Amino acid sequence: MSEQALLKVRHLSKTFGKNVVLRDIDFEVHPGDVTCIIGASGSGKSTLLRCMNLLETPTTGEIMYHDTDIASAKINAPDYRAKVGMVFQNFNLFNNMTVLGNCMVGQVKVLKKDKETARKSAMNYLEKVGMAPYINARPRQLSGGQKQRVAIARALAMEPELLLFDEPTSALDPQMVGEVLSVMRTLAKEGLTMIIVTHEMAFARDVSNHVVFMANGVIAEEGKPEQIFGNPQNPLTKDFLSRFMNG
Amino acid sequence: MPEDFGGRIVYILQRYAPSFAAGAGRTMIIALVGTLIGCIIGFLVGIIQTIPVSPKDHPVKRVGMWIVRLILNIYVEVFRGTPMMCQAMFIYFGSAAVFNINMSMWFAAFFIVSINTGAYMAETVRGGVLSIDPGQTEGAKAIGMTHVQTMMNVILPQALRNIMPQIGNNLIINIKDTCVLSIIGVVELFYTTKGIAGALYTYFEAFTITMVIYFVLTFTCSRILRFWESKMDGADNYDLATTDTLAHTSGMYRYSGDKKEEN
Repeated sequence: MSEQALLKVRHLSKTFGKNVVLRDIDFEVHPGDVTCIIGASGSGKSTLLRCMNLLETPTTGEIMYHDTDIASAKINAPDYRAKVGMVFQNFNLFNNMTVLGNCMVGQVKVLKKDKETARKSAMNYLEKVGMAPYINARPRQLSGGQKQRVAIARALAMEPELLLFDEPTSALDPQMVGEVLSVMRTLAKEGLTMIIVTHEMAFARDVSNHVVFMANGVIAEEGKPEQIFGNPQNPLTKDFLSRFMNG
Repeated sequence: MPEDFGGRIVYILQRYAPSFAAGAGRTMIIALVGTLIGCIIGFLVGIIQTIPVSPKDHPVKRVGMWIVRLILNIYVEVFRGTPMMCQAMFIYFGSAAVFNINMSMWFAAFFIVSINTGAYMAETVRGGVLSIDPGQTEGAKAIGMTHVQTMMNVILPQALRNIMPQIGNNLIINIKDTCVLSIIGVVELFYTTKGIAGALYTYFEAFTITMVIYFVLTFTCSRILRFWESKMDGADNYDLATTDTLAHTSGMYRYSGDKKEEN
């Protein structure tokens, strides 16, 4: 693991009106890290992730990407987002395009690649997620698990330095969860830097090398998965995990 | 002149068929051009009204956007809220009397229909853009698209598909409503028919013919637009792109014919 952090979150807070969602969040992501963020619904996990892609603007604090503070007003958000991919709970595939179109449009319009190069690279990633036979299909013709795999290919096609997953399996049935998680496992093995908000505890324990447990808008506990799942210190973590482990 | 209804219709058609055709042609030209320009106006206004403005933007941009939106809102409300017939009188005769602007009748006709359609379409486009799932915008932003790229590649194509029925509605309304332009002397289908009916004193027969012509025009247009809509939806099924011959039996693969890919 390299010493230089890829992403450093410092004193991050986010409020919606009077509602404080995130309070003084600090954490780091190094290249190659697979970080899982766990916690109850409403604890601020998704908001934190969305702040890291500037889909939400942090109220205070900084997010250092390499050495640039992307939370400052001067930053060009589209340029930054092109380097940091995101996979959503509801897939958000473009309904007006085919599977191949979804994986090409960002490369052609944002990265300004020519169509043939974009197509090759899209095919490469679709192959990886097992969706290559479906290039001519439209999103409405696919199952949830297939859509999510295409969404992952679309994000990978941008060759991001960091990939954010916002509860990627929460809208899927158990069988589809399996196919999406297995793709994510492969990516983790290949050393892709990922931050994953998830309720899949077994996946978090097996795949990640860093687990962040959030409660009420703060990081209640973080550390190696063995420590968080095997020997949690914070009573909130113990309480939260006992429901999963004994349930 | 024949005594029976059918005979009179034939008689009128024999004498005036070219006039009816010319009138119908003018009606269609005004309706089609007016709808097209109206849609362009509507898209521009609708797109400007859905540009996101955040409190973090530069004050000049925020004030500028506020003023532009105010002007556009006034335009939409005024032209939606007053009869096209009054607008025709006001613009064509009013501009000549007060500002000494002598616009040609044809220019006035296109202008009035376009500006009216634009006012309706602006709201339709705004609604169409708002109707697209915000997730589509987030998906586009997440791969680094700017607002303009998001609109052009993701939102507007879907919004356009959703508002096609409303564009068809506007075209049909325009085909019928061009008849109010007869008030400024545009010799379209209604004006033509009035002349023919008055000359022969055969209102019932002449307007029977005209009603049929209007209906054929509107019905044809609505069918053409339906067909266009279904083309925009793309194919209902898709071909598996595979060289695995077992896929031939899966029912998801067309063995014969050209394999074509959509992009």
